[in-house]
Amino acid sequence: MSEAAPPGERLAAGLQPGVPSVAAEHRGEAEAPERAGSSERPRQRLHSTALTLLRKELLLELRTLESVPGMILFAVSTFVIFHFALNTGSVEGDLAAGILWVTILFAALLGVNRLFVADADQGGFDALLLAPCDSSALLLAKVAALTIYLVLLELVTVPAFALFLLGSSLGHALPDLLVVLVLADLGLAVIGSFVAALAVRTRARDLIGPLIALPLLVPIAIGASSASSPLLTAASHGGPGVRWLLLLGVYDLVFGLIAYAVFDFLLED
Amino acid sequence: MHTYGQRLRTLAIVTAATFTAALALAFFYAPEEAEEGFLQRIFYVHVPLAIVCLCGFVAAGVMAIQHLRTRDPRWDLRSYVAIHMSLIFGAGVLISGSIWAKGSWGHWWIWGEPTLVSFLIVFLLYATYQPLRFSIEDPERQARYASVFAIAAGAFVPMNFIAVRLSAAYVHPRVLGSTSNLPFPMALTFLVSLLAFTLLYITLWRFEMTAKNARWQLRALQRKLAGERVSAPRGRTAQPALSPQPALSSRPAPSSRPAPSSRPAPSSQPAPSSQPAPVPQSSASPQPALATRSQRQVS
Repeated sequence: MSEAAPPGERLAAGLQPGVPSVAAEHRGEAEAPERAGSSERPRQRLHSTALTLLRKELLLELRTLESVPGMILFAVSTFVIFHFALNTGSVEGDLAAGILWVTILFAALLGVNRLFVADADQGGFDALLLAPCDSSALLLAKVAALTIYLVLLELVTVPAFALFLLGSSLGHALPDLLVVLVLADLGLAVIGSFVAALAVRTRARDLIGPLIALPLLVPIAIGASSASSPLLTAASHGGPGVRWLLLLGVYDLVFGLIAYAVFDFLLED
Repeated sequence: MHTYGQRLRTLAIVTAATFTAALALAFFYAPEEAEEGFLQRIFYVHVPLAIVCLCGFVAAGVMAIQHLRTRDPRWDLRSYVAIHMSLIFGAGVLISGSIWAKGSWGHWWIWGEPTLVSFLIVFLLYATYQPLRFSIEDPERQARYASVFAIAAGAFVPMNFIAVRLSAAYVHPRVLGSTSNLPFPMALTFLVSLLAFTLLYITLWRFEMTAKNARWQLRALQRKLAGERVSAPRGRTAQPALSPQPALSSRPAPSSRPAPSSRPAPSSQPAPSSQPAPVPQSSASPQPALATRSQRQVS
């Protein structure tokens, strides 16, 4: 972090008081042909901007290691806590699904809390607003980054869970569980990014963020734990209920659209 | 801005009359329910209260969309007041629902009851609306972020009800979606009391809007009369600000005349602490006579 400033910081540092007017002019010039021209170009640019921002995000995480290791450690410690709080060495079914999803949910909140902090504190928002690009790209990049964090988290957490707490073996249910995990990760990432953007510039952001996020995540918790509880029993037959997967998918989609629609209003100052 | 107080009295009288009629129907006209007996009459309070409350939340989301489209702070105020009223109604729903649950099932809280549970989740979500507003100081950003929250939460309301209903077995007396199955006296009573609670909501909403508008108009007038001195700075508040720059419109602009001193003229400082003590300012300023003159001109 110290030897290499993040790109957002570098951008913001390069902008002296005289420079923003030039940047704003450039932005106006860049937008005019965009509106007049074909719709192909802006979409391409949205993709490439989002990819650039995602690369910045992952580079930042790789250099600072602020989110993912903390999330993993938190999750594994929570399993230990659950072991002693429940006073049991093996759980199954509903209880197992509940423990797994509560742990992933709260570990995700750790990542959510940190998601926009660098942008808010070190001028990343300002740099993005001055740059000639669509600000929805930031939402896309953050959702993708948070999804990757969650996948990394689960790569460690799910085996650890199977090792520490799960009574039955996970092998046969793994493909079904993967579907549930991916759908729930997308939902967590969409809602987490949206809530993080909403809360990051408030005074009590560490409090406001989880307070808003938890009720919004209840449908995810319902869908994910109901879908995975039959997968975590010993005598497992049948996959996850289709209606739960449908619930997760629809919720992801609807909230993704809502977040996409209102995200611009969170950035415009 | 000036029309909120009009016809408020008529509306209040109509509301009171409808409310009385609804209560009279509920207690004296509607037949006793066979299984639950007298307790079932809480249905005429609980269900309309819940419906009006949820519609208020959704309406607040629509008002928030209007706010983001028009950037008119009055839409933010409307959305704020609607959510405020719905939160109060929501507390009433949870309390009356608990009483009903205790009466008919013997427990104050039933997790297997999807409507009550989803209502609790929605209530918890909206309970963060005020803290969110309170922790953003810039009034314009506060209004914008609150509108974004209101839109997302308004869309969350129906989705949450679907999700929770999927997750639980049906315990609730399935009366609310199916007024057509009710016998006619019950359906009539229910509809009248739904109308009464809707009118109550609208009356309270308009009353609150009128009060807030009156307060803001009063402050604007005070400012016009006596300058910035009477109006305390905005400070930390969760309430929307109706007039973001009242100082600019209600005063002769002192910034048009160039200030001769290196300090800004005291009238351009909105902080009231600069007002009551001209003496230390004039001692610090290189031209004390001009500074006091411009200050006298303001007041």
